[in-house]
Amino acid sequence: MKISNKQKKKLTPAQQQYQEFAKQREPKRPVLKNCLKAFFVGGLICTLGQALQTIFITYFGFNKVTAGNPTSAVLIMLSVLLTGLGVYDHIAQWAGAGTAIPVTGFANTMASAAIEHRSEGYVLGVGGNMFKLSGPVITYGVFSAFVVSLVKIIIMKLGGM
Amino acid sequence: MLKGHQSWFFQNRPVILASSAVGGPFEAKGGLAEDFDILHDDMWLGQDSFEKAEKKMLEEACETAIQKAGIKKEDIDFFLSGDLLNQIISSSFAARTLAIPYLGLFGACSSSMEGLSIAAQLVDSKAADYVLAATSSHNASAEKQFRYPTEYGAQKPPTAQWTVTGAGAALVGRDGEGPRITCATIGRVVDMGISDPFNMGAAMAPAAVDTIQAHFRDLERDPTYYDVIATGDLGRVGFEIAGELLNKHGMDIPEDRFTDCGIMIYKEDQPVMAGASGCGCSATVTYGHFLRRMREGELKRILIVATGALMSPMSYQQKESIPCIAHAVSIEM
Repeated sequence: MKISNKQKKKLTPAQQQYQEFAKQREPKRPVLKNCLKAFFVGGLICTLGQALQTIFITYFGFNKVTAGNPTSAVLIMLSVLLTGLGVYDHIAQWAGAGTAIPVTGFANTMASAAIEHRSEGYVLGVGGNMFKLSGPVITYGVFSAFVVSLVKIIIMKLGGM
Repeated sequence: MLKGHQSWFFQNRPVILASSAVGGPFEAKGGLAEDFDILHDDMWLGQDSFEKAEKKMLEEACETAIQKAGIKKEDIDFFLSGDLLNQIISSSFAARTLAIPYLGLFGACSSSMEGLSIAAQLVDSKAADYVLAATSSHNASAEKQFRYPTEYGAQKPPTAQWTVTGAGAALVGRDGEGPRITCATIGRVVDMGISDPFNMGAAMAPAAVDTIQAHFRDLERDPTYYDVIATGDLGRVGFEIAGELLNKHGMDIPEDRFTDCGIMIYKEDQPVMAGASGCGCSATVTYGHFLRRMREGELKRILIVATGALMSPMSYQQKESIPCIAHAVSIEM
């Protein structure tokens, strides 16, 4: 139950009492178990990424910097394929943040929204809704990159680093 | 006839001439699969959108009920229906196909009993000879509207519930053979301030308790009057809370008579977290399962308390709490 303190103040005593009562009877999210699963699956995906990178460097003539692109591309394609086949959401229910945090999770947000809104047409449906879930990630990703670079510039101008 | 504060007593005892239940692939694997008239192995029902699939299911439920009752579609005076989609499109679009004078309802998942109680009232007061009450929900169209895309990998908490893909319809008439609707209690909106859409059982439980208490107070009945008292879609979390709340208020419903449609419809090994929800949940379990057991003489009197969470996808993003409601209908053989 997500209730901010501000909202809690607005609740009547009867509501507060009931929420306490209900809370004791609600099964909790198994946080520790979820963390371990996420660590395991997330690590597994990253290991796969590492293996792909090594393959691209060893057999396809990429170097450490340029191998990043084809590695992400393969992971994204795998994620999109599993999303399309209807498997990814089942893995994610088990793995939680483990499948959400790597690049595969980002690919899943876009592919799932695109598939879902195909019935509303390619322009307003797929085009308009593809970034529905990934939009916030992009918005705040760009914004935080901006803030971080601003901080870096200020520190450099002040003679640091 | 008004009885007590918020209940209707139907003197002419309108009869449920026929009822039907249609389900999807996930319901076909559930515990009550044999009680469905039609089960689909395709979520899309051969349609090109989930919304059209839901409409088709609702149409099938209505046609099946009409067919089973053996009356002509033209003889039905009114069609009452509700669903979960914005502007209740499944209901209105099915009404377009049926071409029966239509009133659209919205009571979220309580629409099944909202429709049945009004149908009984219309027949009882001689405002109609035959009324068709129906409702539907579809897992994918509900997820799409209220939560995330169906293929999106978000981890759901153990309090989350699974929306039933199903539609149910009941044809109510004045005379004939079948289970009779004897009274109904219209619930009031109860909001205990819960705002988490993944915890609807706990949000709806107080509404169910409020309506159950009102029913027994208005009708001056004892809980043992009924063979079964079933809540609509509280799921395991909400059902347990409702049971304890009723005990706390001094109402003792025998454990073997108190159940929840949202727990019954699926098997325990199905990955539905706390249980089922959706308009189709109480509708298919009541119209498919319970009414069959009544017709077979296994049950004499039942009370269905359909529960509904009256939020919109926008209201919970704006951090509004979830107002909930429950309507109870008593059916006797």
